[in-house]
Amino acid sequence: MSRTYLPLWITFALVLLMFGAGASQFDGFASLRVVTNLISDNAFLLVTALGMTLVILSGGIDLSVGSVIALSGVAAALLIGPYQCHPLLAFALILPCAALFGAGMGALIQYYQLQPFIVTLAGMFLARGVATLLSEESVAIEHPFYDAVAEFGLELPDGGWLGATSLLTIALVLLMLVLTHYSRFGSYVYALGGNSQSAQLMGVPVARTTILLYASSSMLAAMAGIIFSFYTYSGYALAAVGVELDAIAAVVIGGTLLTGGSGFIIGTVLGVLLMGLIQTYINFDGSLSSWWSKIVIGALLFFFIALQKLLSKKLQNKAGGRA
Amino acid sequence: MRNEATVLNSINPEQLNAEKLQTARQARYSPGQSAHKFSLYLYPLVALALLLLVNLLLDPQFFSLQWQDGRLYGPLIDIVNRSAPVALLAIGMSLVIATGGIDLSVGAVMAICGAVCANLLVLGDWSIPAVLVIAVLTGLACGLVNGVMVSYLGIQPIVATLVLMVAGRGVAQLLNQGQIVTFQNPDFAALGSGSFLGLPVPVWLVLLALLIMQLLLRRTALGLFIEAVGCNAKASRYLGIDDRGIKLTVYLLTGGCAALAGIIATADIQGSDANNAGLWLELDAILAVVIGGAALTGGRFSLPRAVIGVLIIQALSTTIVVSGLPSKFNLLIKALVILLVLMLQSELFRHQLKSLFSVGKLRGGKA
Repeated sequence: MSRTYLPLWITFALVLLMFGAGASQFDGFASLRVVTNLISDNAFLLVTALGMTLVILSGGIDLSVGSVIALSGVAAALLIGPYQCHPLLAFALILPCAALFGAGMGALIQYYQLQPFIVTLAGMFLARGVATLLSEESVAIEHPFYDAVAEFGLELPDGGWLGATSLLTIALVLLMLVLTHYSRFGSYVYALGGNSQSAQLMGVPVARTTILLYASSSMLAAMAGIIFSFYTYSGYALAAVGVELDAIAAVVIGGTLLTGGSGFIIGTVLGVLLMGLIQTYINFDGSLSSWWSKIVIGALLFFFIALQKLLSKKLQNKAGGRA
Repeated sequence: MRNEATVLNSINPEQLNAEKLQTARQARYSPGQSAHKFSLYLYPLVALALLLLVNLLLDPQFFSLQWQDGRLYGPLIDIVNRSAPVALLAIGMSLVIATGGIDLSVGAVMAICGAVCANLLVLGDWSIPAVLVIAVLTGLACGLVNGVMVSYLGIQPIVATLVLMVAGRGVAQLLNQGQIVTFQNPDFAALGSGSFLGLPVPVWLVLLALLIMQLLLRRTALGLFIEAVGCNAKASRYLGIDDRGIKLTVYLLTGGCAALAGIIATADIQGSDANNAGLWLELDAILAVVIGGAALTGGRFSLPRAVIGVLIIQALSTTIVVSGLPSKFNLLIKALVILLVLMLQSELFRHQLKSLFSVGKLRGGKA
């Protein structure tokens, strides 16, 4: 077991441990139904976290994703409701717009050398501001397409049910897995996160990669907003507040280094699953209050960062010994 | 040759460091830089003045002040009073940002300290000074947690403080048992809504904090050390500055400031709402510091300018209200103003702007 994969294995072990703890205490915890619910309940967070992983791998951060989720939800609801668009046409309009929004942030970061934190913070206010401007109230979505999508799904044994949004999420995970680990774009992202100066010298198209990176993060967030609209059948400007922090936490728990250049898509998936399992455990228990989930997630976050720190220090010492 | 060597040897390295620091300090306070310093204050103050002017045009009564029941009332006083919690946060945040760090947990720390105050007051047998001391100590303890993680464990500030941001609100809810804890204590409430010598108490608290911090930072070497650590932590360590200790100190001070802000917020509403107390105020505080001209990469800071930044943000919200625009424009306008301020700080953009104007001048000259 190499050190690179160690944080991944630890997260995996914790997911199993959490699942085991739930299964040993509650009837019906160890069922396919719980697993598929876990995926469908956290689908929008998972999709957001995929984009966040990419951004964090490059050494940046994207605080705007929560607002982009809300904005795309409101835009979808308005396009489908008052403007009478077919949902698919609405999605086809929203996704490129979101990509453009992200590309704009990427361009500001790249060409004006502004800090990702503060640029995406402004993007967060901007997206939420536009969403509020479009509609201050929750807009309901009523369309046969939404009903059809809600009914579509894979029936699994043991009460399991993979709905359309879960299937879409799984497809996106696979796509991002290939894009990050087996494509040229993916290796550019890693190179950028390792050291952007050396990446530039090596011939990595830094500007293009940075802009594409933030564009894909915003586009995935918009996708998450669309998935979110399938849960709620509505778009609301104040939805998904603070999701960016959940996504960052999931990415960090999944073993991706916030300094960039090191991490895995699978780690993020495990991080989201772990956070979801904690919530499921608390729901099953019933007597534990919801604030415990916040405290436990905080403690887990600390545990992982401390572990990563320890490992990277050991690795450095090893490298120093060799040289 | 030998003489030179002995002379070199005879210089005590510590003395050398002290001399370097002295020259650095003199460079900082030299009169030659005052023009530069003035321009640093100019832009935020002009922005604030413009905002207030817009308000005056929209509402001729805007600058009016009334004396009633021994205190001043008026829109200007409202702006200053409402800025108080974020101003306290921004004072602490300036220091953290000056060391190249960031503190996302201040809002959660506000909630924790507010919950501590409310619960102690509900218990009843605690005097107000004791409650205040315990609340501030709680804030310092939170700062200690952040500081140790950042300086001694070497964790990135944004993640280290994210831990407390997530867990802290949980802790505050745990203290309140998920309820909104309210209390009846006029003396404590006066800290949020009372007045002293005509001005609201929170404003006095901000002024007091500003004065103490400014004296602490600029009359001792602490401010210089903070800037040195922010510029280059490694280099300042070689210079003999305890960079870890400095970082720990700034997170402690920020925790203390957040505790004060939490006390004001709790006293103002006479209760503690763990879910909403100080929610997202960390972002406003960071914004205020950036508007005040500090770079997130660290190295320079100014507490008065950060407070001016807070006043700009508050005046902006007031302007939107006074202008009669629906409140839904609030976030959008805020975002656009932030983007403008950010762009103005970028050298490339300023250059582009300058060349744009010079082209205009050229054309004007030809015509």
